[in-house]
Amino acid sequence: MKIGILAVQGDFEAHAAMLRSLGAETVEVRAVADLESCDGLILPGGESTTQLQFLQEEGLYDAIRKFAADGRAIFGTCAGAILLATEVKNPPQSSLGLMDMTVLRNAYGRQLASDVFFGPSKLKSEPMEMVFIRGPIIERAGNSLEILAEYAGKPVLVQKGNLLAATFHPELTADSTVHEHFLQIVAKRVMRQAEV
Amino acid sequence: MDAKKANGSATNGNSNEWRVKVGLAEMLKGGVIMDVTNAEQARIAEKAGACAVMALERVPSDIRKEGGVARMAAIKVIREIMQTVTIPVMAKVRIGHFSEAAVLQALEVDFIDESEVLTPADEENHVWKHDFRVPFVCGARNLGEALRRIAEGAAMIRTKGEAGSGNVVEAVRHMRTIVSEMRRLTTLRDDELMRVAKEHGAPLDLIRGIAKTGKLPVPNFSAGGIATPADAALVRALGAEAVFVGSGIFKSSDPDARAKAIVKATTHFEDPKVVLEASEELGEAMPGLDVRQLPEKDLLSTRGW
Repeated sequence: MKIGILAVQGDFEAHAAMLRSLGAETVEVRAVADLESCDGLILPGGESTTQLQFLQEEGLYDAIRKFAADGRAIFGTCAGAILLATEVKNPPQSSLGLMDMTVLRNAYGRQLASDVFFGPSKLKSEPMEMVFIRGPIIERAGNSLEILAEYAGKPVLVQKGNLLAATFHPELTADSTVHEHFLQIVAKRVMRQAEV
Repeated sequence: MDAKKANGSATNGNSNEWRVKVGLAEMLKGGVIMDVTNAEQARIAEKAGACAVMALERVPSDIRKEGGVARMAAIKVIREIMQTVTIPVMAKVRIGHFSEAAVLQALEVDFIDESEVLTPADEENHVWKHDFRVPFVCGARNLGEALRRIAEGAAMIRTKGEAGSGNVVEAVRHMRTIVSEMRRLTTLRDDELMRVAKEHGAPLDLIRGIAKTGKLPVPNFSAGGIATPADAALVRALGAEAVFVGSGIFKSSDPDARAKAIVKATTHFEDPKVVLEASEELGEAMPGLDVRQLPEKDLLSTRGW
């Protein structure tokens, strides 16, 4: 399985290290052509304003929407989750609009509010470690989304079919649960494709 | 237990506080951090795709020209910048000036740069950065200097370069030095590392970590003299994980276009065609200085140790 990681700006290397430790092949995505051979795509943390601008200017915006429409898997963390949302507030900003949710940027506050918390998840029985860095809050999650984890009563990990979004950074922990879950989503589609 | 004791050891690298400090530095990788002196410039920087801005009173080339004591920027200006942009806002403090740092932490800036560009407040000691919850970035000319700052609690290192010179030569020297010194460490035996720690004047545990990984334990960025898209691509290719641009943008003839071009070249540093595209139709870069002609007293990179 080959996983592309959007590498215009952000913590793409942390995702690559995590995926490699799970045996996945990774490729840095900076142009539309880089996407072609990928089975899945990671939208890493970073600055969503910076990343969005690149997506819009380099044709990646449409290419990623098509990638999702093809049924290929996408996992966004923090800024990546902001890009996946249908609505972004604080301030309003355009996005890929792939998951029916409203996301508030920098909703916990500035860097001083960044911290590590634990919250319940459906992916494991013990509480999941969550690193929030100038994190967003999912203010509203549409009915089409399955909520996989919560912190302080707010959804922090949500899934809609082949799309996965986390407002925290599993790539900055030693816990590979969320990335393993993502690879399973990717594997399911790869296997279905092979059967066809 | 007070914060000093809890965070007193350079080896105590796994506290949650340390992880979110280095975590924010991780988020800035691949991006450009731009010096700005007012809210309008901050807006231009954000629009051009900066991943963070550095608030300061005067850009380094003006500090160089005007002389006098350069201090932390006016609070009103920093606050306006924080209210104007949504990207992280950094601000500079004088080397060793832990009270300026405490003020910036109270203001809730996202990152503090303990910077040789400002006039040092302490010529012997740097800030003990473990005392702060806001992450710090510090300049370095070589591996030993980088590791001393990390041991004090810096969550990000940048080359010092020669700020405000528009001349990339010192940033190149510093990045090459740091990277080649790290590479050399990976070739040594365990029983050789104590001697190397002594030579570098750096803690043994950090030296041992680099011998194993070949990398700093925090992100390694470049600053000081970067003025063109090709300069940004150069330092990236030499190992910089992101780029700070100081005077290079707002002292050029075309700040908007240049800011955008440097952002593009920083991301696509491995693709000369994109760097070419970014370089095209730019106006005049900032005027540059020959660092070799500068008298010793005018060098900023020799401040701090």
